[in-house]
Parts: sequence; structure tokens; C-alpha cells
Amino acid sequence: MIEARDLVKEYVIGDTTLRALDGVNVHIGRGEFAAIMGPSGSGKSTFMNIIGCLDRPTSGSYILDGKPVETLSRDDLAGIRNRMLGFVFQGFNLLPRTTALENVELPLYYSGQDGEMEEKAYAALKSVGLAGRERHFSNQLSGGQQQRVAIARALINDPSVILADEPTGNLDSKTSVEIMDIFTKLNAEKGITIILVTHEPDIAQFAARRIHFKDGKIISDERTPSPPAPLPASGEGRRI
Amino acid sequence: MFILPAIKIAFRGLRVNKMRSGLTMLGIIIGVAAVITMLAVGEGARESLAKSIASLGSNLILVIPGSTTSGGARMGTGNTNTLVPSDAEALDGESAVDAAAAMVRGTGQVVFQDRNWNTAIIGTTGDYERIRDWPVSDGRFINRQDIDGMTKDCLVGTTVVQELFGNEDPLGRIIRINQVPFTIVGVLQKKGQSLMGQDQDDVIITPLSTAMSRLFGKTSVNAIMVKGKSDGVMNRAVEQVKTLLRQRHRIPDGGDDDFSVMNLSEMLSAAETQTKIMTILLGAVASVSLLVGGIGIMNIMLVSVTERTREIGIRMSVGARERDILLQFLVEAVVLSLTGGVIGILIGVGFSTAISQLSRFQTSVSLFSVLLSFLFSAAVGIFFGFYPARKAAGMDPISALRYE
Repeated sequence: MIEARDLVKEYVIGDTTLRALDGVNVHIGRGEFAAIMGPSGSGKSTFMNIIGCLDRPTSGSYILDGKPVETLSRDDLAGIRNRMLGFVFQGFNLLPRTTALENVELPLYYSGQDGEMEEKAYAALKSVGLAGRERHFSNQLSGGQQQRVAIARALINDPSVILADEPTGNLDSKTSVEIMDIFTKLNAEKGITIILVTHEPDIAQFAARRIHFKDGKIISDERTPSPPAPLPASGEGRRI
Repeated sequence: MFILPAIKIAFRGLRVNKMRSGLTMLGIIIGVAAVITMLAVGEGARESLAKSIASLGSNLILVIPGSTTSGGARMGTGNTNTLVPSDAEALDGESAVDAAAAMVRGTGQVVFQDRNWNTAIIGTTGDYERIRDWPVSDGRFINRQDIDGMTKDCLVGTTVVQELFGNEDPLGRIIRINQVPFTIVGVLQKKGQSLMGQDQDDVIITPLSTAMSRLFGKTSVNAIMVKGKSDGVMNRAVEQVKTLLRQRHRIPDGGDDDFSVMNLSEMLSAAETQTKIMTILLGAVASVSLLVGGIGIMNIMLVSVTERTREIGIRMSVGARERDILLQFLVEAVVLSLTGGVIGILIGVGFSTAISQLSRFQTSVSLFSVLLSFLFSAAVGIFFGFYPARKAAGMDPISALRYE
């Protein structure tokens, strides 16, 4: 599904060159739930941006679903982001002064679908437990609810991969667990590949695989065969 | 993304920022309203001028007494007594002249029963009807017998009829002009306003001879109106008038004319050209404000693009292509300018109507000026919206997403 070969990413700042990724080789298969870990500056965000087709590597190759991404145009990348990938960010990244429903519909505008947009968006919001809040503006929702809207938006085009960049970074621990619940369910029930960037070890425990980055390189790659941390008995996350 | 959702998104974006959208549009609104109003004023002036030209009669030459030198002191134009009725009769015989009518002008107090009215009196001959292209609507015009017999017959304009008779039939009635009784033998057709905005129908026309001797006690006339045979011979007619009058007034070679000849048709067409130039000038000045409005749009769109960098990043992350972003911001700019344009057109039309209602200045909103303003504001939107839209579309998704 996702294969990185000798990925290198360099940034030129003034007359110094910063090597954010220094030869990363990794393969993440379909249906995996992987956590990318590491201290800040380790290159994990850069790695995410390349995996998410938001950025291109300086050298090396990235093969997504059998296609080498570096050969694609900007518009092709936009198409991949639209149909194959779903993003969930730390800061939610919802459009302000816009309703939850309209936020969720947004990717549909760019995939050229005209009909049934609202129905799809309603269904996606329901699947993350936000039925009844469709007409709320994004700033009227709590952090956990905003993150659910973002997840619904990521899901609307039935992506094969969800990329979550510190999705619980702005949430309290109870809400974090609820959000992680949703990811776990999506992974288990829909077989969606989930790649999670985090620096919190207990959040990383939800993932079956943990990849550690340091100084632009992968320093460890461990798998837990057993199921992740037990799910809480209550919480809205159960409504998936 | 299709154009329809783009318009939807654009309208939503503008609604969200009502105040800013309104202010941005204000520039275009003022510009378009100014263009519409200015063109309407110019067009109205042109139309009323054209109407005046038509009401004056065609191929007209006006001869007025000119400055004479008497004992070294030059007298002002029109104050001398050099033109006499026989001059007009003589001019009538020239080959390029169709007709000539001498006239005396004055004012008089007109009385009918218990009503009275102050009006303009014109004493002239029968040719005046044809020269001014001013037929009667009822009765007859002054004729040869009136002039020869110095009859006390007269014609009245519609305003005078209204003031003195109301709804009664004025034909055959006797009115007193400056104490002299006159019989009304005809009613003049309505002529409307003159070039100077005077009511031309507020007039009484009497035979030249009667007016000169009985009303004003004059031996000379105020003016002679000459009608040229056709458009093409006007210059020749002017020459003939000058030559003949110099002969008749025994002006030696090299001496100054004691009369002035004005080719009215020429002056009017010159005036018409001037009005046209004025219209273009007014329109051009107004379009400058439209241009400034366009720059305002560009300014605001640039601010908007910077302010919404994060939104652009979000849209890109969910799959917006460059052209989607470009289209969105371009459509926003065009929606701004077109909405402003439409409001401006409405205000401009309202303004023009108000001007013609509140003042006597005629205005006329042409379909052309409306279409022009509409297309121009659309073009302003596209032109000034393109650069900011281009800037938005070219953003890097990651830095856009990280923008605070």
C-alpha cells in the first residue's frame, strides 16, 4: 500500500541545508494501523507530508498503491488526496464560520460529485456520533466534536488511508480515548489503513505497529500482535 | 469543481464577510452609478439639444444689427438700428435663400376680460411660419394682407392660451396687448423649450408692421431670419446675405459690417459635437472611479487571500486543485464586482431619474450605457481578481496549512 524507498527530504534555509529525512525505507501494508513516533524535529511530520502527497521528496521514491508518486503532477496529487487519503490534523483544520455539514461536504465539491452530497455528509456525521449537530458552526463545537467533524470529512470519499497528525494533541485524555476509539473501529471494521503521528506513548498503544523516528531516520519498528488498550465502557466513540 | 458550486462558495464567502464585501463593492457601486449618471446627463443634454435644433428649424441664418462706428465710438451688437423690413424682402430674392423674415421682439401685458399675462411679443411676416417650421394648430398664420393692411390680428402660443383662456376656444376673441385690441386668428402648435430653456409657447405673434408702429414704435427690426435653400448652399447663402446687406447699407470696401450674420445650423451642430465630447469626457472621468473601484477589489482580494491562507491549505488538503482555488477567488471577485455593478446601475438609473425630476435638466439612460457598465464591471472583476486568485492557487499546501 505505502512504500518508501530511500526517502530523502532536504530544506534549504539560507545557506545551510537541513536534512529532515535521511534515507527512510518503510512498507506499510493495506489495513495496518501504524503510529509514527519521535521527538520534534525527528522528521515524522515531513514523512507524513510526503506520505500525504502534500509534499515531494528530494530524492528516493514513494509508491502509493503501486504508483510512484513523484512522477505525478500537482493536480494528480490533489486527486489522490481527494479520493484515496483522508487527513485529520491536530488543529482540526475546519473552515471557520461554516457548518459541520458544509465542512464534511467539502471534499465532494472537488471530486466532481453533484448529487446526494448532503445525504452522504449526514451519514458521515452520524457515523462519528454527531447526528443532530449538522447545522452547528464549527466554532460552536467542542474540540472533540470538531475532531469528529474532521474525521467525518476525511471519511466522506471512502479513502483507503487516513493520515492523522497528532489528532489528540489538543484534546483532554478522555476525549482523546474517544477519538482513538473511532480510529480503531474504522481500522478494524472498514479495513482502512491508519497512519498516526504522535509523541504520546499511550496514544501510540492504540496502534498495532509503532515506528520511531530520530534525526530523519527510522530507529525502531515494532509490532504488537495483541489487540490495543482496552476500550472504555462508555463514551460517544462507541456509536460508530 | 463546477462553476455552480464555485458561485455558491463565493456567495457564502461574501456573506460571511458582509461588511468587507459591502465596502469593497462600494467602490464599484459608486463608479458604475457615476458612469450611468454622467452618460445619462450627457445623453440627455444631447437629446434636448437635438430636439431644440429640430424645433428651431433647419438651415437657419440669423442676421442681427451689428456694431457700427459712429464718430469713433463703436456701438454694441444688437443695439443699432441698421436693419429694416425691406432688407428682408431684398434677401428673399437671393438664389441661395429660400425665405427671409424680419422680426421685432418685445414684451407686453396681455389682457383678456379679467385675466392678464405678461408674454413675449414677436412681430414678423408670413415667411416666419416656414422658416421656423412652426405651423398653426388652429386658424391661420399671418399673411401678406395683414402686413400690408397693418391689421390687428394675432396668433397665440399654447401657454398664452392656457393662461388667458383655460379651456375656452381662443379663436376670434379679442385681447388687448399693451392697450391695443387684437383679434386672435390662429393658435400656434406647441413648440416646447428653446435651447436656453425658455418656454417658446409663451408668445404672441403679430404682423411686423403692426408691431413696429402700434406696439413698439420702431423703424428698424431686431433680427432677420433667413432660411437657406439647402444644407449644401449655406455658406453661399451667408455670403449672399453679407454682400447684399453691405450694398444696401452702402458700406465702403474695407468698412466694417453694420450687422452680424450667424449660421445657426452650424453653431448648433458645433454645440452638438461639444455635447458629445462632454459626454465622453464625463464618462471617462466616471470610469476612472470605476477603475479605482477595481483596484479596491484587488486590494481586498489580496488581503482576503492572505487572511484565508489556512482555508486554502485546508481546501488543498482535501483535494482542491490549482484551478479550483483559482476559480473560487476569481468568481468571488467577479461576484463582488458584478453585484456592485448591478447595484450601481440601479442607483445610477435612480439618480438620473431624480435629476430630471428635480431639475429641468433632461437625462436619458441608454441601454448602451447599462450594458457597458455591466460588462465593464465584470471585466474589472476578472482583471483585478486574477492576480490575487493566481496567488492563492499557487500556494504550497503545507505552508498554507501551517499558516497562523
